[in-house]
Amino acid sequence: MASLIGYYSLIIGFSISFLIIFFSIKNLSKSKLDNKIIFSVFFQFFFVSLSFLGLVQSFITSDFSNETVFNHSHTTVPTFYKISGAWGNHEGSLLLWLLVLTLFIFLFLLRSNDQPKKYRIFTLLFQQIIIVGFFVFLIKTSSPFNYIFPIPKEGLGLNPILQDPALAIHPPILYLGYVGSSIIFSSALAAVVTNYISSSWARHIKKWILTSWIFLTLGILLGSIWAYYELGWGGFWFWDPVENVSLMPWLALITLLHCTLVLEKKQILTSWVVILSIATFTLSMCGTFLVRSGILNSVHTFANDPERGLFILIFLFILVFLSIFIFLFFYKSEKTTTNSFFWLSKETSILINNWFMMYFLSVVLIGTTYPIFLEVLSSEKISVGPPFYNKLIIPFLVPFLLAMAIGPKLKWIKSELENKLNLILFLIISLLLSTFIIRNLDINFLINTILVTSAFYLFLITLKDFFSKKFKNLSQNLAHFGFSLLILSILFNNFLSTEIITNLKINETYEDGALKINFEGIEQKNEQNFKAIIGKFVIEHNGGQTDIMQPELRIYNQPNIITSEADIKTTLYKDKFMTMNSVQNQEYFNIRYQVKPFMIWIWLSTFLISLSGMIGFFKKRYEN
Amino acid sequence: MKTKIFPFLLIIIISIIFVIFYKGLQNSNVYQPQMGKQKNIPIFIAKTFETEEIFKSEDIFEGDKFYLMNIWSSWCVPCKDEHKFLLNLSTQKNLKIVGLNYKDKKNNATNFLNELNNPYDFIFSDTDGTIAIEWGAYGVPESFLLYKNKIIKKIIGPIDQNSLLEIKELIQ
Repeated sequence: MASLIGYYSLIIGFSISFLIIFFSIKNLSKSKLDNKIIFSVFFQFFFVSLSFLGLVQSFITSDFSNETVFNHSHTTVPTFYKISGAWGNHEGSLLLWLLVLTLFIFLFLLRSNDQPKKYRIFTLLFQQIIIVGFFVFLIKTSSPFNYIFPIPKEGLGLNPILQDPALAIHPPILYLGYVGSSIIFSSALAAVVTNYISSSWARHIKKWILTSWIFLTLGILLGSIWAYYELGWGGFWFWDPVENVSLMPWLALITLLHCTLVLEKKQILTSWVVILSIATFTLSMCGTFLVRSGILNSVHTFANDPERGLFILIFLFILVFLSIFIFLFFYKSEKTTTNSFFWLSKETSILINNWFMMYFLSVVLIGTTYPIFLEVLSSEKISVGPPFYNKLIIPFLVPFLLAMAIGPKLKWIKSELENKLNLILFLIISLLLSTFIIRNLDINFLINTILVTSAFYLFLITLKDFFSKKFKNLSQNLAHFGFSLLILSILFNNFLSTEIITNLKINETYEDGALKINFEGIEQKNEQNFKAIIGKFVIEHNGGQTDIMQPELRIYNQPNIITSEADIKTTLYKDKFMTMNSVQNQEYFNIRYQVKPFMIWIWLSTFLISLSGMIGFFKKRYEN
Repeated sequence: MKTKIFPFLLIIIISIIFVIFYKGLQNSNVYQPQMGKQKNIPIFIAKTFETEEIFKSEDIFEGDKFYLMNIWSSWCVPCKDEHKFLLNLSTQKNLKIVGLNYKDKKNNATNFLNELNNPYDFIFSDTDGTIAIEWGAYGVPESFLLYKNKIIKKIIGPIDQNSLLEIKELIQ
């Protein structure tokens, strides 16, 4: 029943699209925005929500006549995960995507009363093109409401690694970020068509850029935390294609954000803003294509269906060609206001930031798509891993970090560096500090000292600015501070992590110079949809203190999959991380024990970065 | 002039990307190891089965002779099936059969050979299975036909009538 309502609401929502397009075109010549349009946009959102609720309801009641529910749920799955299962699959997640698309355009219309009417209508039209595309994709290739008969008694179950609180909210948050970029895309195209690229547009669109950037940051953070404790490798970023795919729009968004700051003040960098607005959404769509089509091998590849891939590919390129066409025909380049920047000014520093970001973006883009190109052209298969990204990105972090420290100190148009002495003093302090630290570690001295120095430099400078009297821009400073903290935590996490991998039987002891691991025993527990085997390990450190770690193996009933749950003891200084895995036909368990310093600071600093975005969102205007 | 070339180039580049993605869609993304290249045989050191002396692989495999390296085990049922073919091959004059006794107990293996006869000219023990890993073996039984220190034929699973004929043809 709920599925039926869901299906028909979807069809109604789809038909409303044409109504909206019809109304909008009719309205173009009038002077005021027709209320009919806002109502129909609301109804479209209403029906898509109804459709989404219909799917959620089918999941809650375990209605296995629905193919999506049958494939991704089971009666014994806890209700919370039944609900999250609704978007934990290809079809449902696309419906969620559509829901956010319609929600955002509705909000956009409500919140843009002060903007020119023609611009609003064009934004709506472009957004409707995207919405129609997704409706067709959903209904034609991946309907979440397919009926199966005879009705199965039991579903196939939800993949156990998705049965996790972080991953239950990860997709919706991430989608708010991805889909938010669609508004930026539509509104940039609309602004080009109506010749409305101006500082008032920049001020208006900045809120949307911030919104989608905040959600994207939080979404990536959640995914990363999940990977850390659920996948059992103890890392937080693997340069997996799907992670890269979320990083690319993130980089484009943050560059775009900096550009709009300039556009708000001066009529320059407009082509940057337009191209980046287009690129952000295109990259999000490109990500959808790469992940959903199965063209790449990834942990996250949902569905391996060439028909779907082909559809997204064609749709993606229609959007790309459309935006290129609009850009080339409608875009009028800057009215040659003083295009030459003074070298020491905020504009220049933002331009430098842009080029760095573009470099990072291209590295990630090439690393992610190069294997596809190579395979098609020479049928060789390669996989690009962390060494590639580390080698190409890390050296460039040094000037980037320094620029991040100095850039915000500059003024618009033309400036002198104030307090040069201070800046140099801080550089010397950070150099001394990092030399002192790195000298005591057994790692490559030169490169690491330089890296840590630049990170400390940004850290100290931004820290000092919190207490500065002339303190103006909290969100900017917090963001840069958060970034320095992130880099520092990642660096020290890398330098100081230790790992022990060993095989132990019950009652056996592993011993090395620094610690002893006793495998005391296992106990079993029965939960709603899995059996848990919990190991008990006592770790005795040389200093006399002991820890009890209880990693877990879960044997899920449906689908029959074993997952391992890490036991993590988190303190401000370090995480102790232990996983245990069973080895087939053997009595012993494979034990992995890691000590990972400053792990929590990686999460906290990323959270700080997105918090700074929120502060920026609620602040009235960017002043400087 | 410049402004006219730029859009044109852009469209061409994007079309090429489209075509490549389109082609990429049709490729399967299941990884398959490349076969067919002749690889040098791995060098290893192992104990002999009977005397438990330590032997180097270089001392066994001479350059211009054919060898059949057969991974076997007494607990492996298909090994019994292929045994008659190995006995058949052991009558070939220009082929030497080298056995690699995989994760086995010596007593069981000796009984196995006593019962079914010994086709091997030489047997190595691989009690922990590491040598089989170095050879890239998928399981037991598995056989590698070697010539001039190269693997010229790999037979996964037991040798049967077809592979027997194939081997005979190859060593002619």
